[in-house]
Amino acid sequence: MDIVINKLTKQYGIQKAVDDITFTVKTGEVLGFLGPNGAGKTTTMKAITSFLIPDAGEITVGNYSVSEEPEEVKKVIGYLPEHNPLYPEMNVIDYLKFVAELQRIDKSRIPERILEMVNVCGLEGEKHKKINELSKGYRQRVGLAQALIHDPDVLILDEPTTGLDPNQIVEIRELIKNIGREKTVILSSHILAEVEATCDRIMIINKGKIVADGTSEELRKHAHGKEILRVTIEGAERNDVITAVQELDTVDLIDPIDSDDSCYEVQSRPELSSRKEIFQLCCKKGWILTELTPIQTKLEDIFHELTMN
Amino acid sequence: MKQIWIICRRELNSFFDSLMAYIMIIAFLGFSGFFTWLYVADVFYSQQASLQIFFDIAFWTLFFFIPALTMGQLAEENRAGTIEFLLTKPIKDVHVIVGKFLATLILICIALLMTIPYYITVANIGPVDHGAVISGYIGLILMSAAYISIGIFASSISNNQIVGFLLAIFVGILFHWIFGMVAGGISGFFGEVLNFLSTRAHFESIARGVLDTTDLVFFISIVVLGLASTETILARKHQ
Repeated sequence: MDIVINKLTKQYGIQKAVDDITFTVKTGEVLGFLGPNGAGKTTTMKAITSFLIPDAGEITVGNYSVSEEPEEVKKVIGYLPEHNPLYPEMNVIDYLKFVAELQRIDKSRIPERILEMVNVCGLEGEKHKKINELSKGYRQRVGLAQALIHDPDVLILDEPTTGLDPNQIVEIRELIKNIGREKTVILSSHILAEVEATCDRIMIINKGKIVADGTSEELRKHAHGKEILRVTIEGAERNDVITAVQELDTVDLIDPIDSDDSCYEVQSRPELSSRKEIFQLCCKKGWILTELTPIQTKLEDIFHELTMN
Repeated sequence: MKQIWIICRRELNSFFDSLMAYIMIIAFLGFSGFFTWLYVADVFYSQQASLQIFFDIAFWTLFFFIPALTMGQLAEENRAGTIEFLLTKPIKDVHVIVGKFLATLILICIALLMTIPYYITVANIGPVDHGAVISGYIGLILMSAAYISIGIFASSISNNQIVGFLLAIFVGILFHWIFGMVAGGISGFFGEVLNFLSTRAHFESIARGVLDTTDLVFFISIVVLGLASTETILARKHQ
């Protein structure tokens, strides 16, 4: 089920939380929302779930318009709100049953769905406990279970891994990835590595506008556009290497790395790659090429660059 | 309809799980029982087989107990953020409100049902006006419905339960006491209007055994107005 967002604008007082953004998320895609605090991530998500009415713009989920058929949209969306609100005095099973009924799951299927959610979200040992007796990680799992219980086509998760320990984070990421193969998933996060590990596509928003959109590869290319290689060449004089490599057509700059005599950092000209040229040069000169590693721009740097100005 | 019942059942369970329901029922029976059967001006003192004394006591105890039940109903959802969870499920805002309203009304009805032994006892003491007793109960239920509606509205305003309680008491006391009191000192149209707004006047007329359409319209109007105002407040959360 595709989500289409067209010219969405939402204003709080004089501040524009979301400013005329347009994008589409396709079935089978996991979209990661990145952005500093107050960038408009949560507002956009709330607008998709029909909780917030936008000032302008149109959102459709599958064939349903959020403004015209909110009830239908709510049926196909599984939503984990930020801070994961739960009813502390209810026990896990009762809570999941309550959600299942609200989601209008057929009465005969409710026990089976609850059982599946308990298994999928690892709640077996905690299912008879009250929610206020659970640790933060388990509460988060209960939150995920309630979002998934009606097997929704669209999943919207606002910071799904906060409060989880590293093992649980890996499990939840795997879970989201698996779900994302058949469904449409939008998740927001502050943790860049998480978005990179879980999402097919990353969207960075800042001050209510989309500043970057693409796979992590595309974002890196977009941010720098230049290839940077770490090269180690043995059996050659340092100055000879620097002169020869610098003369290659594709190379913009070569920097010797001080800590290691035979190690260099090579920056290619925009849109070009120097990997083949360096290899051929080494063959021709009889040098021994022991390392040729593309250095990736860190997502953190891209994020910083895009959101700090 | 089914969605209303789902909300209503959860609220009822929550009343009983949090002991709130037990405390309310025991306190209600304790107060009303003490003043009806044991205190100086009790049934025996009045020398009449009537539940009038019980209705007078219940008129005041319910007035204080209802805000205590309703104060958290939406304020707590606002505070914990569960209101966002609820309103993103396939359910209309009005279903949430009506479900909560019905849950509290059912709890009050359970408490009133527990006073049926009072009725049986009085009926065994002497000739009792059955019509007046039945309409007295109907009067209490109608009055409770009106105050529950006011209480839920007060609870929706903020995310603080105390604010919900105090606002419900404040709005309630106007209808319960002040309008009637002021109306006693004013004649003419304004006095009549205030008298019409007094819960006491309507309740007493019902408790005497006269179930008038005006009284019904009065209580139902307050219920509808309170719930509709609550819906307006909830709608603002979508803004």
